Amino acid sequence: MATFRSGLAGGGEAIDSGAMEWRDEGICLQRRAHGENAVILEVFTAAHGRHAGVVRGGASRRMAPSLQPGTQLDLTWRARLESHIGAFTAEPLRSRNAALSERMALAGLNAVTSLLIFCLPERETHPVLYARTVSLLDLLGQEDVWPLAYLQWELVLLEELGFGLDLSCCAVTGAREGLIHVSPKSGRAVSAAGAGDWADRLLPLPPCLRGAGPATDAEIVEALGVTGYFLEKKLATALGNRPPPEARGRLVDLLSRRLKAV
Amino acid sequence: MSNSNDIDRLIEIMARLPGLGPRSARRAVLTMIRKRALLLGPLAETMQTVARTARECLTCGNIGTSETCAICRDERRATGELCVVEDVSDLWAMERAGVFKGRYHVIGGTLSALDGIGPEELSLPRLKDRIEAEGITEVILALNATVEGLTTAHYIADMLEDSVRLSSLAQGVPIGGELDYLDEGTIGAALRARKPL
Repeated sequence: MATFRSGLAGGGEAIDSGAMEWRDEGICLQRRAHGENAVILEVFTAAHGRHAGVVRGGASRRMAPSLQPGTQLDLTWRARLESHIGAFTAEPLRSRNAALSERMALAGLNAVTSLLIFCLPERETHPVLYARTVSLLDLLGQEDVWPLAYLQWELVLLEELGFGLDLSCCAVTGAREGLIHVSPKSGRAVSAAGAGDWADRLLPLPPCLRGAGPATDAEIVEALGVTGYFLEKKLATALGNRPPPEARGRLVDLLSRRLKAV
Repeated sequence: MSNSNDIDRLIEIMARLPGLGPRSARRAVLTMIRKRALLLGPLAETMQTVARTARECLTCGNIGTSETCAICRDERRATGELCVVEDVSDLWAMERAGVFKGRYHVIGGTLSALDGIGPEELSLPRLKDRIEAEGITEVILALNATVEGLTTAHYIADMLEDSVRLSSLAQGVPIGGELDYLDEGTIGAALRARKPL
């Protein structure tokens, strides 16, 4: 008999029902219709990673608004065997729907949820990424700080999935100052002196990538070009050459247009 | 089990309809058989007619019985207002309200990168053509207030930017709704869209 403990803060209770069961907090990533009234809900949880389950009645008028992407949920998952898809009971903890009337917030939410669905293997825990995702989504709608927070979240995403950038010192000279390039091959910082004749083949290193904020929109768009390169050329390639989600491209496009409008 | 393959087949087909399961399909079929003259005969006839004539309107995507639906044929509805909806069921819901007097455009779903639904899969190019051809002055985006619906609405707004006046349905407290049962997002939207009394 297998039992799981709750991932909720404050500890959880051992469940002695003979079935697989856990309770955790999570972010709704997406839902798909399953029959007439049920949905298959995909969530990102603190202690159980990206996880799917059936929500009976999830398509109902009462429950559907609570199961929108981005909503913070209190989840209980039950299944007879661990390999089963199982069923969720989901209670909304915090809705993030208020910010969704704003274009940037909506584009941001779509980029975050689609990247998580794209990148994360099912049922693999990423507590650090989960905590950063919750913080990022809580900032939705704050257009002055959100783009930079999103950039930092993408850096954590790359790090968590094994493609983190090492921007602490120059890969060639070891210098910690004057770092202005990123090597597209190793993801390490390179100084002007270290770049030499290779400078035109290297990616730019805007200061905001090294955590030197606040940053301008132009800098953030440039930095998103760098993280986008690693998402596409390294991460997506490792995931079987699938193209990265279009939603991310739309967010970057929106930021670029905001830049041109200024 | 009815001891008849034909009746079992009918129950099986009926059970596939939304809102019906095997048990309710059996009850429906039994009622129809008992009221053969009143229900079964007319239903079979009407279904045959609809199966022969039902088609999608080539202009707006509504379902009718001719190439151009009654709404698109009605000259009084050429008001310059075009209401964009996700699905035919949404168009029918708007018509039930009887408030909108313009014409419709059914886009046939929402954008979804995960499901591989892009602008080409929706009838968005046709929407652009209609706006030019029919002299549309206002496009009302009546898409569902879901993340997918809102994303599609923003996409359409970007696509039609500067070419036409754009508006969307208000969001807030439904008539008969109680604040206690509303989510924070809806309450926030309702407060932002408040109006003087």
